[in-house]
Amino acid sequence: MSKKYQLDGTVIKNEWVTSTYFKMTLSFETLPEIKAGQFAELRIDETPTVFLRRPISIHDVRPENKEMDLLIQKVGDGTAWLSTRKEDDKVNVIFPLGNGFDTDVAENKPVLLVGGGVGIAPLLHLGRVLSSEGRKVHFLLGFRKEADILPLNAYKEVGEVFITTEDGSVGDKGFVTNHSLWKNADYARIFSCGPTPMMKALSTVAREKNIDCEVSLENKMACGVGACLCCVTQTHEGHKCVCTDGPVFNINELPW
Amino acid sequence: MVDLSVKIGDLSLRNPVMTASGTFGYGTEFEDFVNFSRMGGIIVKGTTIRHREGNAYPRLAEVPSGMLNAVGLQNKGVDYFCENIYPTVKNYDTNVIVNVSGASIEDYVATAEKINDLEGIPAIELNISCPNVKQGGMAFGTSCSAAAEVVKAVRKAYNKTLIVKLSPNVTDIAEIARAVEAEGADSVSLINTIMGMAINAETRKPVLSTVTGGLSGPCVKPVALRMVWQVSKAVNIPIVGLGGIMNATDAIEFFLAGATAIEIGTANFIDPSVTMKVVDGIEDYLKRHNYESIKQIIGKLEL
Ligand SMILES: Cc1cc2nc3c(=O)[nH]c(=O)nc-3n(C[C@H](O)[C@H](O)[C@H](O)COP(=O)(O)OP(=O)(O)OC[C@H]3O[C@@H](n4cnc5c(N)ncnc54)[C@H](O)[C@@H]3O)c2cc1C
Ligand SMILES: Cc1cc2nc3c(=O)[nH]c(=O)nc-3n(C[C@H](O)[C@H](O)[C@H](O)COP(=O)(O)O)c2cc1C
Ligand code: FES
Repeated sequence: MSKKYQLDGTVIKNEWVTSTYFKMTLSFETLPEIKAGQFAELRIDETPTVFLRRPISIHDVRPENKEMDLLIQKVGDGTAWLSTRKEDDKVNVIFPLGNGFDTDVAENKPVLLVGGGVGIAPLLHLGRVLSSEGRKVHFLLGFRKEADILPLNAYKEVGEVFITTEDGSVGDKGFVTNHSLWKNADYARIFSCGPTPMMKALSTVAREKNIDCEVSLENKMACGVGACLCCVTQTHEGHKCVCTDGPVFNINELPW
Repeated sequence: MVDLSVKIGDLSLRNPVMTASGTFGYGTEFEDFVNFSRMGGIIVKGTTIRHREGNAYPRLAEVPSGMLNAVGLQNKGVDYFCENIYPTVKNYDTNVIVNVSGASIEDYVATAEKINDLEGIPAIELNISCPNVKQGGMAFGTSCSAAAEVVKAVRKAYNKTLIVKLSPNVTDIAEIARAVEAEGADSVSLINTIMGMAINAETRKPVLSTVTGGLSGPCVKPVALRMVWQVSKAVNIPIVGLGGIMNATDAIEFFLAGATAIEIGTANFIDPSVTMKVVDGIEDYLKRHNYESIKQIIGKLEL
């Protein structure tokens, strides 16, 4: 398990990228090494309705600048407060938390990174890690409609990007599991983060095609460090903590 | 130098700051954030005679200034603790206390007996107040006769410091405190969580899988303070106060109300190094008011 830090990050940039998503860049005096798929717990201040920290995936890291990016969807009061942080404001962060994705892939085939909505956040850092190890990366990203599509330039630098929208306005119509790439899908491993129904459907497809598959879960958390046992998910070995045994699980561990 | 040391039964604490059961894991989880040698003690997770899977997810509901939990005493059982966790925690440079839970008197006694054999565990906290398990737990803590009966049985089987953790979900907590004192408890700790509930209006469903759960965090502090105050007037044994302590000022309030030591629970989730800050803050307070010892403020509420 990696050493955990509690640090004040300085907001370098905080900008809306769509009407409901914003990207926050934090810089630190020292940036610990962060594995793809790990997350941070952010303290929310000045918000009477919010008591607990908020878990947010690490979207991108630039160790040379001691910076990391978070891609956040505004859904409630906690994320709303984060969206109003200005340059030079401080945000208290506990990180890096969780196990991260297993990027040690034996077979020399491409890998498929499947994301839905805000679940695409951890896949950028993951794609960078995998491609730096010489692996060919395909992203398969699902959105509701054209207006929901997040800026994808960074993803396109890292690998080939395939898109589905539920209304068919961009890319293939339907859910990620309906995309035409599945016809001759041959991947060393699938990595995924997104809504649970999407990941469950994906795990069925992965099993059919006999492709190894890891999914990142987003259970509600309190401590984020494995102490409170609030964030558990059911596995074949009983309840496991999403914050420490996860957030990434191989689908073979889950009763899906 | 101010003297922060206190005694709970035969147990000496270097300072009165401990962590509350179920909120600090086995300590290991917080190793990167605190220095154990600056803590009075760590009270580990609720431990039962057998492995418990706990309740189904969702187990957590956030509320203003607090949270509800319905963990349901998930733990791997006392034998697992003795074999796999004790070898690590016994080396910590602080008091490691085991929180013992059960569904029957036999279970409590059997668990306490096993912990009694562990040289490195100087005390147990008998949890007769968990609101999150169906049988037992809180049932023992809400009636004087049941509380007395379980403490009497455990007292026979356990010869080190016995702290009994009381439930706030009662009409008269002082009465229960007196009943367990009479059966040989060395100390009482209070409060455990308050039974509460959260509803999602949109889905018309309860938020927790168990419908009801235990409330903790700063929202419970006024209730906890009131109960510590009432119990301190009813018993002669030392009181361990907890419930909503977020900082040193909160802790001082508990000492003034009559607590000899305190526990910090939910606050660890917001600030994993909060215990260190509370220890420093208590010391600062004592210096600022020219006290030489923490003992000079225990129960010194001015009416
Ligand atoms: C490991 C992990 C990584 C995450 N990574 C990201 C990320 O990179 N970017 C991002 O925007 N969000 C991420 N989330 C989700 C994020 O934590 C929640 O959206 C956030 O806590 C909501 O806080 P709030 O106060 O704004 O909303 P709240 O008022 O707490 O909730 C608003 C609404 O969102 C729902 N909600 C809250 N938390 C969750 C959750 N964990 N899963 C599903 N629904 C939820 C609530 O039920 C409610 O309907 C992650 C969660 C986890 C556990
Ligand atoms: C997630 C969680 C788990 C808990 N588990 C236990 C437990 O196993 N045994 C116990 O006696 N108390 C347990 N408690 C109660 C706390 O130890 C404490 O009594 C209560 O939370 C009030 O203190 P606080 O407001 O400082 O958290 C738990 C509390 C929380 C929040
Ligand atoms: S959030 Fe506390 S154990 Fe996972």
